[in-house]
Amino acid sequence: MDHYKFRVIKDRLVQFLVYLALFSALVPLFSILYEVIARGFSTINIEFFIRPTPTVGETGGGVANAIQGTLITIGLASLIGVPIGLMSGIFLSEYGESNLSAAVRFLHDVLNGVPSIVIGVFAYTLITRSIGFSVTAAAFALAVIMIPIVTRTTEEALKLVPMSVREAAIALGIPRWKTTIIVVLSSAKKAIVTGILLSIARIAGESAPVLVSMGFWRWWFAGLNRPVANLALNVFIFAMSPFENWVVLAWGSALVLILLVLGISIAARVLIRERY
Amino acid sequence: MMSEMRILRKTSLSSFGLKVKSLLHPKNPLKGDHVFKLISILFALSIFLILGLMVYELVKGSWLSIQTFGLKFIVGTTWDPAVSRVFGALPLILGTLVTSAIALLIGVPISLGAGLALSEYLPKKFGFAVSFLVELLAAVPSVIYGLWGIYVLIPFLRDHVYPYLQSVFGFIPPFSGSIYGGGVLTGGIVLAIMIIPTVSAVMRDLFSAVPNSQREAIIALGATKWETVKTIISYARSGVIGAIILGLGRAVGETMAITMVIGNRFHIWPSSLFDSWYTMAAIIANELLEATYDLYISALINVGLVLLFVALVINILARLIVWRALRLTRGIVRE
Amino acid sequence: MTVKFDIQNLNAWFGSKHVLKNINMKIEENAVTAIIGPSGCGKTTFIRCLNRMHEITPGARVSGKVIFNGVNIYDNGVDPVMVRRKIGMVFQKPNPFPMMSVYDNVAIGLKLNGVRDKKILDAAVRRSLELANLWDEVKDDLKKSGTSLSGGQQQRLCIARALAVEPEVLLMDEPCSALDPIATAKIETLIRELAKNYTIVIVTHNMQQAARVSDYTAFLYLGELIEYGATKQIFENPKHELTEKYLTGKFG
Repeated sequence: MDHYKFRVIKDRLVQFLVYLALFSALVPLFSILYEVIARGFSTINIEFFIRPTPTVGETGGGVANAIQGTLITIGLASLIGVPIGLMSGIFLSEYGESNLSAAVRFLHDVLNGVPSIVIGVFAYTLITRSIGFSVTAAAFALAVIMIPIVTRTTEEALKLVPMSVREAAIALGIPRWKTTIIVVLSSAKKAIVTGILLSIARIAGESAPVLVSMGFWRWWFAGLNRPVANLALNVFIFAMSPFENWVVLAWGSALVLILLVLGISIAARVLIRERY
Repeated sequence: MMSEMRILRKTSLSSFGLKVKSLLHPKNPLKGDHVFKLISILFALSIFLILGLMVYELVKGSWLSIQTFGLKFIVGTTWDPAVSRVFGALPLILGTLVTSAIALLIGVPISLGAGLALSEYLPKKFGFAVSFLVELLAAVPSVIYGLWGIYVLIPFLRDHVYPYLQSVFGFIPPFSGSIYGGGVLTGGIVLAIMIIPTVSAVMRDLFSAVPNSQREAIIALGATKWETVKTIISYARSGVIGAIILGLGRAVGETMAITMVIGNRFHIWPSSLFDSWYTMAAIIANELLEATYDLYISALINVGLVLLFVALVINILARLIVWRALRLTRGIVRE
Repeated sequence: MTVKFDIQNLNAWFGSKHVLKNINMKIEENAVTAIIGPSGCGKTTFIRCLNRMHEITPGARVSGKVIFNGVNIYDNGVDPVMVRRKIGMVFQKPNPFPMMSVYDNVAIGLKLNGVRDKKILDAAVRRSLELANLWDEVKDDLKKSGTSLSGGQQQRLCIARALAVEPEVLLMDEPCSALDPIATAKIETLIRELAKNYTIVIVTHNMQQAARVSDYTAFLYLGELIEYGATKQIFENPKHELTEKYLTGKFG
């Protein structure tokens, strides 16, 4: 029975290690949430949401312009990224068993794996060098990041709509393209919206591509060919700065950012769960 | 009278028939379909345009650097924008690879354990909630990991962990040297923390996809839980490898978090794990906006091109392996 | 009659669904006992209770006693791992491990139990494959994948795998339902040979198979044991009305 006892001990040991690993994986989450809330909370007051970035040495100030800028950037990026992603997803799902669609799918996965800083450099060479550091360049970079995500989630959402729904529509004499737009899309709309929300949450948190295509901006929106303030980028700039009042702002901005990103992520997941 | 009635009836019936016919058969029933399909193909082809344009622009932007340094750029060890204007990326490549390797060394065992916990050990009701938490971690932006890294992790490591490490392992070169809290090891740890959520989730999915018939087969032979789990991992092993490579791809491309903790010092090799260093992504983020002349900018874009290449190779490898693995577990392909 | 399993007041549930109701039965050693009955009557649940496989499903529950070699396998101190070592199982759909060779499939049970010596493993693998009437068909290439065999061969591989750990009992859950008639015949022949040295309990939805292959037959209906006795008697002279109805095809 000795070997048997050895097996039992090994079993218990592995069980312990597995739970230890899970614990280790979760500890940073709790630490990050705790620290961001604890350190960021004290900076948050009404002023925080109204005032723009303070100058060096100025006390107070806030993230108002950063929120404005982030929303504008995300909005612009979605304007480009969502239609392209949506149509690509429709293509892959409805017309998608050819070599072309296999290539398209593969390339979307490839793009998904391109580091965001490289996409930022792409936007820099393509747009920034022509029209200067601008919200347009940043929006372009973020759109490129969005596209594979929206494509994949749209395709999967559409694939979940049963063939019977499509067949019923076609049997009624509705042409295929109308079937896709009206019937299939609306059946899948919750899942598609979820995918779009998740991609927005992702790009809201991106700072590397924003940094190199747009740079830091301390003021309000000033035109499509100028930069805007960005919440995620501000966290970076403030955190790395030697100015006390800016470091404090970093935590406050981080809190707002994490609430924004996690808020959208959780909303998206709750939305998808409502289906079942 | 009768014949008139008959004619009337015939006419109204046939015109009625015509009306119904035109409802069911619009003028050109397939035209809408063709147009729509064409539009969607056009949008889908955009991916070719985007990727093609990206490679083109990066090569074009790097061209000056490529002309000046050629392939020596990849093995060059000087980065001197101020005086000699010579640029070489080897230390950056090494820095990227070493920090990513550390990230894997720490992150893979933890991801494996967490993935197993979520799939095989936790009772279903907890598994759901905890999986949710892990996925939330994956959504935390890179800058916030960096912020937390600077003001929470670094002091913690500097005051409580590294001195202890040095006292035990200090006789080995990587563990000697002065400790300031950031540096190579800290960078690797932050990267590990960042890839664990994603890799754990993929592993959990891989293990859950192993068919129950396999589990029952080994249990019926009298296997302990761990022995059953070993069989599951063995079944899913190519997917596990793919997931690891996926994690590597993420680590290699990570920018903000690593640049905030690694110290950003360009030198060929760090003196210890506690010394600062630099990565490809970090140098681009730090210096592109400061670069004042063409060759400098071109060299940085060149670094981006190299980074793109490395990330692409890793990512394509991972995708191919994970795809094959998932198809296997779904029983479509037999090994 | 030497009793291998003394089953007393066995009840089983899936959540709140009461699937087996008060089963009392004594299964004879080194004989083939068939469990028959219409779909959903609890046959599979029943044999899964004999090697403590029923309980691995979340929400599953068992009460009562199953006494095997003098010990109630559901007693507090009994480790299911040891129970399953002694009571082997073959499943409805052959499930060899695809990532292992034929050799490794058969050897895995022994390796789990600590056998490392290559010579012992080689001999045991050969013995098990011979017992399962598969040796001649695979002996030239033991390294090929477990799933590269035909369905019938895979099932015999699973039988060899189960036999390798030298169990005393072999539980078989509709082992031939996924196989063609020729493969089925081969396995039925195998079962009769194995019965000389192993206690075999076989679930089958095929009455003719039960008649061909078994010494004893138990008829289950809606979770209750309706009738149990020598196969010859059950088929020629069923005592219970339900049994007769089932055997003559009136339902099921």
